[in-house]
Amino acid sequence: MADTARDPPPQHTDFHELEDGEDLFPEPAATLESEPASLPAEDISTNSNGPKQDSLFDDDPEDLFAEATEEVSLDSPERDVLLSDGPSPAITPITPPTSVLTPRIGLLDDMFTHSSFDEIEEEDGGDSFDIHISVSDPEKVGDGMNAYMAYKVTTKTSISLFKSHEFSVKRRFSDFLGLHSKLASKYLHIGYIVPPAPEKSIVGMTKVKVGKEDQSSNEFVEKRRSALERYLMRTVKLPVLLKDPDVLLFLESSELPRAVSTQALSSAGLLRMVNKAAEAVNKMTIKMNESDAWFEEKQQHFENLDVQLRKLHASMESLVLHRKELSVNTAQFAKSAAMLGNSEDHTALSRALSQLAEVEEKIDQLHQDQANADFYLFSELLGDYVRLITAVKGVFDHRMKTWQKWQDSQMLLQKKREAEAKLQFNNKPDKLQQAKDEIKELEGKVEQGEREFEQISKTIRKEVSRFEKERVKDFKTIIIKYLESLVQTQQQLIKYWDAFLPEAKAIS
Amino acid sequence: MMEEVKEVTSTLSVDRDNINVTEVLKDGDSLTFLIVSQKLSGTGEYHVARAYDDFEWLQQHLFSQEDVPGIQGVIFPPLPAKAQVNASAKVMKQLGFLGLGEWQLYCKALETFLRQIAAHSILSKNKAVEIFLTSSDPPGRQRVRKNIFNRLSQAVEEKRKEGHKDVDQFFQTERDQNLVLAGCAKTAAERFLDVVQTEQKIAVACGHFSAALHLCVEPGEDSDKQAFSKACVKLSEVFDSMKKNMTSVAENNVSTLGLGMDLESRYQEAEKEMLFRRTCKLVELESARRNAEKAKPVKKAAMEEVKKAAETEFDHICGVAKQEIARFQGARVEMLQQALVQWCEKQLLTAKESAEQFNQHLQTLRGMA
Repeated sequence: MADTARDPPPQHTDFHELEDGEDLFPEPAATLESEPASLPAEDISTNSNGPKQDSLFDDDPEDLFAEATEEVSLDSPERDVLLSDGPSPAITPITPPTSVLTPRIGLLDDMFTHSSFDEIEEEDGGDSFDIHISVSDPEKVGDGMNAYMAYKVTTKTSISLFKSHEFSVKRRFSDFLGLHSKLASKYLHIGYIVPPAPEKSIVGMTKVKVGKEDQSSNEFVEKRRSALERYLMRTVKLPVLLKDPDVLLFLESSELPRAVSTQALSSAGLLRMVNKAAEAVNKMTIKMNESDAWFEEKQQHFENLDVQLRKLHASMESLVLHRKELSVNTAQFAKSAAMLGNSEDHTALSRALSQLAEVEEKIDQLHQDQANADFYLFSELLGDYVRLITAVKGVFDHRMKTWQKWQDSQMLLQKKREAEAKLQFNNKPDKLQQAKDEIKELEGKVEQGEREFEQISKTIRKEVSRFEKERVKDFKTIIIKYLESLVQTQQQLIKYWDAFLPEAKAIS
Repeated sequence: MMEEVKEVTSTLSVDRDNINVTEVLKDGDSLTFLIVSQKLSGTGEYHVARAYDDFEWLQQHLFSQEDVPGIQGVIFPPLPAKAQVNASAKVMKQLGFLGLGEWQLYCKALETFLRQIAAHSILSKNKAVEIFLTSSDPPGRQRVRKNIFNRLSQAVEEKRKEGHKDVDQFFQTERDQNLVLAGCAKTAAERFLDVVQTEQKIAVACGHFSAALHLCVEPGEDSDKQAFSKACVKLSEVFDSMKKNMTSVAENNVSTLGLGMDLESRYQEAEKEMLFRRTCKLVELESARRNAEKAKPVKKAAMEEVKKAAETEFDHICGVAKQEIARFQGARVEMLQQALVQWCEKQLLTAKESAEQFNQHLQTLRGMA
């Protein structure tokens, strides 16, 4: 199913950014200070750092048992159902409702193909960030409760890291979650703000599985498709993630091993749950001596931002609801105006009333489009950022833990030194040697601890700077898109009213 | 305190096109309306203050003109339901569009009511109209002689007469048509009100969002912080514009088409009541004819008298009714046309203004980035 055909040399006219065709991507793992690829694989499941990525799945890091039932939602928790592959899946393409498609809003085009990359990796010297990922063609595979939705992931790029310039693969939702899980376990604890994966939704998926093809389940699929697309684009914007082999595998390889750790109540799930409980206890007792005011200030800043964004998000959701209500009411009114026109005897008045009904129907469509703009431009953006900030807070937490680890090693070293001094005093040569060996080992650990702490602090500073710039860019881009949609709506209205006026005047 | 109205006919001394309900004053729970009318002769105005009860007094007087032949064939200009301060939900629903805002539309509806009465060839002659519009003292509040008109809503036992088959095709058609139109008009008005109320909710939500954005403005030298704050302020302005736009759209809807549909709906009801009165008279007439036929010689002459009186009255009513219907049909088409044209013009203007404003924001933002 994956399209790995070698395409001819890049068609520059396809891309928004007409950058230098040459890929100036540095060799992986050579010049970058952080070496995520070299981390031991054991970090993933046994280390208490490993399962931390799941804190991204719920907004309340104190909710220890969210993971147990695989709940991931901004509001009410939902239980997931066990997924398994069907033997010979039947493929049912889902047609998204026309009102949900937002052809006017080329949302991601502008947002993601700017050369934000340049500002971040100064040391790489003006790289071209030339990659565009789209998620499309949702298809239902299988039947009943075993069914799942398969999405086509298409990558268009001129970066030489990839085998070809344009290729597609089929992925299901759990594949995305699996990817995120891997990336989070590798990069979160060293300070990278790994974008969180879109949320699971039991209600939404169940409707799709049982074959209920109505407006709401189509909207759900479209919402998810859009979220998956934004997720992938945000992920590849992080230079360190773009080069990650798991990411490359995800985008390119036609077959991907099933991500198993996302299933409900799996052993891995229980393990995560237990680890999280332990962490929460640890977090409560860490009192870090913050020597760097920058971190203190930034933490406060993100706390505030979190609160404000949630408020905005709630406010926007309310607006979207009202707009949908307006659409429904307008449609109702259009119907009653049509009835009025049909019953009316006076010919010209009857005609005008029928025209009125038509105008109102068109306006209803505009309301729906506007509601979609409100939703897809703002509501989802705000939701994304609320989740992103949770990831940011997680990264700050990791720094604290790194510090703690370093401090623990130091304290242990201190104790061992004291013990050594005692041994020296009591003249026990055998034990003394052992003690000296242990001390040597611990000194190494302390040094490493300090290095790691400094590394994560440095990475976080860079990441935060990148994040803040991205945030401003994202918001500006969205605002401009939104304004364009507002202007367009008004211009459409002007057309409709202009057309209706002569009808109204012609009545008598 | 006015004396009882003795004379029935008079000529109105005010310009019927220049009656204005200019203001409404709230005094505790009661509402007082200020009515200004132009004198016909020379310059000068009458300024009077009236309460809703005074309007009802006027209406009662017009209803009870028994001496005017065929008065029951008149389509009486509809008086809006009583407006109350802190009205209950039920009252607000009944008032519909007229209950929105601070009674501006309600005043407009009362104004229309008075103008229609002043312009009516039969009704304007009633002295009560002159007194209502010109007397500085409030008209008397004593209950007028019993209201001989059975309002449809009250005459439950008479309801079965509503479907009584007509003898005249013209009237049968008119009754059928009126039934359909009255229903459609009422539904359309209600649904349009729903649209307007949702638009108002959206305006409020935009205001909230705009205010919430101001909370995101962060002080600081940081260039990223400043950039974000600027973006938030700009977006806040955009949402303020959206609020203004939505508010205008709603106001336009209410003041033109909303008002028009409300009037159409109430007028259809008024026609329905007239047609019902006529139908009742028809039933009465047919009954009188049967009585006259079946009457024993002793009573025959009396019954014939009754029958003749009923026939005369019925003929008068039909004559007036036909005129009224013709006038009504012409007036409503004109009224609706005006409402539709004004509505369209206002919305067109608002759309142009908003497009301009949004465009300006867009240009500024593009320049900022």
